[in-house]
Amino acid sequence: MRHLLSTTDLDRAAAIRVLDTAAQMAATQGRQIKKLPTLRGRTVVNLFFEDSTRTRISFETAAKRLSADVINFSAKGSSVSKGESLKDTALTLQAMGADAIVIRHQASGAPHTLAHAGWTEAAVVNAGDGMHQHPTQALLDAFTIRRHLTGTATNPDGVGHDLAGLHVAVVGDVLHSRVARSNVDLLHTLGAEVTLVAPPTLLPVGVGPWPAAVSYRLDDVLAQGPDAVMMLRVQRERMSTAGGGFFPSPLEYTRLYGLDARRLATLPDHSIVLHPGPMNRGLEISADAADSPRAVIVEQVANGVAVRMAVLYLLLSGDGDTPGAAPATGAVPALTSTSTPATAATTTTAGATA
Amino acid sequence: MTAQYLLKDVRPLGGEPTDVLVAGGLVAAIGPDAGDASENAPDDLEVIDATGMVLLPGLVDLHTHLREPGREDAETIASGTRAGAAGGFTAVHAMANTTPTQDTAGVVEQVWRLGAQAGWTDVHPVGAVSVGLAGEHLAELGAMADSAARVRVFSDDGKCVHDPVLMRRALEYVKAFDGVIAQHAQEPRLTQGAQMHEGVVSAEIGLAGWPAVAEEAIIARDVLLAEHVGSRLHVCHLSTAGSVEIIRWAKSRGIAVTAEVTPHHLVLTDEEARGYDPVFKVNPPLRTQADVDAVREGLADGTIDIVATDHAPHTREDKDCEWAAAAFGMTGLETALSVVQQTMVDTGRMTWADVARVLSTNPARIGRVEGHGRPIAVGEPANLVLVDPDQRRVVEPARQATASTNSPLRGRELPGAVVATFLRGRATVLDGVPQDDPADPRYAAGRVTP
Ligand SMILES: [Zn+2]
Repeated sequence: MRHLLSTTDLDRAAAIRVLDTAAQMAATQGRQIKKLPTLRGRTVVNLFFEDSTRTRISFETAAKRLSADVINFSAKGSSVSKGESLKDTALTLQAMGADAIVIRHQASGAPHTLAHAGWTEAAVVNAGDGMHQHPTQALLDAFTIRRHLTGTATNPDGVGHDLAGLHVAVVGDVLHSRVARSNVDLLHTLGAEVTLVAPPTLLPVGVGPWPAAVSYRLDDVLAQGPDAVMMLRVQRERMSTAGGGFFPSPLEYTRLYGLDARRLATLPDHSIVLHPGPMNRGLEISADAADSPRAVIVEQVANGVAVRMAVLYLLLSGDGDTPGAAPATGAVPALTSTSTPATAATTTTAGATA
Repeated sequence: MTAQYLLKDVRPLGGEPTDVLVAGGLVAAIGPDAGDASENAPDDLEVIDATGMVLLPGLVDLHTHLREPGREDAETIASGTRAGAAGGFTAVHAMANTTPTQDTAGVVEQVWRLGAQAGWTDVHPVGAVSVGLAGEHLAELGAMADSAARVRVFSDDGKCVHDPVLMRRALEYVKAFDGVIAQHAQEPRLTQGAQMHEGVVSAEIGLAGWPAVAEEAIIARDVLLAEHVGSRLHVCHLSTAGSVEIIRWAKSRGIAVTAEVTPHHLVLTDEEARGYDPVFKVNPPLRTQADVDAVREGLADGTIDIVATDHAPHTREDKDCEWAAAAFGMTGLETALSVVQQTMVDTGRMTWADVARVLSTNPARIGRVEGHGRPIAVGEPANLVLVDPDQRRVVEPARQATASTNSPLRGRELPGAVVATFLRGRATVLDGVPQDDPADPRYAAGRVTP
């Protein structure tokens, strides 16, 4: 893995490897001293062309817990129409010796361009691009689903497992959602069955070949007893665009597609509720649903750090092809071996840290 | 004494080999004895062994963006028409979306004059339909028609004349001087922020979609308007299967509509967008394989009248960036003939005579251009292009004559090569090389100065 631009970059084995690595990382995060020396001397740049404090802090925390140097580069305001800025910024970061660039950009494909235009040698991590992909979000969602729905007493994180046989409903603004695209691809790769639920105006023309079922009716899908329900954020500006908006009113949206206490009660006992945040309480999700014991939304945030640690680790030291990657050895066991028990990883890591 | 050229064993329109003498600005003689007709001393008669080569009337482009005035960093009238000559063109129509806009007699005359001074091809300025391309008030179409530039084609290309009333008025008004409205068919509300064809690929890669219906709805409206007011309508760069159907229907009703397709819509699909390389960003967007098949069929059966390049040079900074920030458009003057050969001739869909029809005769007729698109016959103006269909070449944008490098065919091998281009008997291209006059300071400076 040279870059992480899209969840379609990951086959089943690679996806499970990231999730298993994340499990090892998560195990270290339960300890008092959370910091690993793994990426000491490496530089991770958070390049954000679009505001997202949550995602930036998550990546920053992940990089720091691996002892990397972190540079936050907020390029917001460098407007899309002034496109040259992406190239110049990339050249600047290359000159500064960035080993990895975590990029959030409003233009679909900007991370792809950054990775392939020959402007930088750094590993590129897509932290969300336009309406395209947000792969670490999908990985943390898959990690969370796997933990809750395949974990056992002896293997609480479901290490080594995929998501075969699970049914996941993805509900809301699929059209504009990079989270939905990333999740459809990754969940499919991991063997889960996906149903997209949205008003027809919020589904892309061309959704046909996606490896997912499509429904316009949330109640019908909930009646099928999905194992996980993922609610997507509905941006309020979607109500005031060309043609008068994508749906008639917030009230009608909530009535037809909102997850409230009544709908929550129809779910099987084991089902969980996810949301990538930030939530619009009262629009796509009611307070009852958001705060219910089934909601794993806060846990998603914690898992996000572990997943991003795993991604940075695998990109920057996975193949040991770069000088300076040496500290990785011994800090975390060889990650090509997915069978390494998480407990062993914790022990080794703790020893190295101490 | 002006040079004379004897093309030996050349195939006019791809027919039987014969000899053609170019002398005195005219096709002076045709036949095995053509060389005898030369009044020049043998030293002044340049004999070109044209065995296996095809002779066509000089190509006429109805849709070229020369960028001057305003964006001389992307192309000048001199560099763009030099590229045109290299591609086998003897006349090009310079689109109106310059800065200032070609919406007055003064600006179109300036463009026309610069074209004449450069001397590579005839330059026929297209006049804007509306003042500043704003789509609100008719520009002074009559003044442009009566100017020295004798404008006959009017277009807001780059923008659609979307107001149906303005479109109706324009269609009616140009009847007074036998003009034509060339419409860039794009419903603006359906394409706000659009980046590429709306379909399977756009859904997957997350770029805002440009639906086929945004083009087709405007074409449907416009052919009905043209029928109602009895005017000529030309549809620019038609790109969808549905558009072909609408034009076919309109022609069957006897509506005076003509249509063009670009070389890139004959050969490339929206799959190219997957790598987010903005060199493939164009308006109208690259469509699906089914659309490509439909426009090829429409071109072969005459539903589509012409191929026009929509040559749209852009500077590197306008393409060297993320997709959404990049400009729409691609170059095409120097590859158009090869693409038509590859997609239409080498596949058996069209003959070389058909190529002459869609790249010369028809565009000259639509644009009311005199002296171009004529038969290859004794006494006709020697506006000619000599093509070697057996050559193959790899497209290298940096080596092209155009000042810009945004060719979507970079690195591809194409069949056919322009060996020579003649503008009224003068070779603008010989042995595939534009015939710059090193003594002329205009070329040393890289551009023509008035
Ligand atoms: Zn156009």
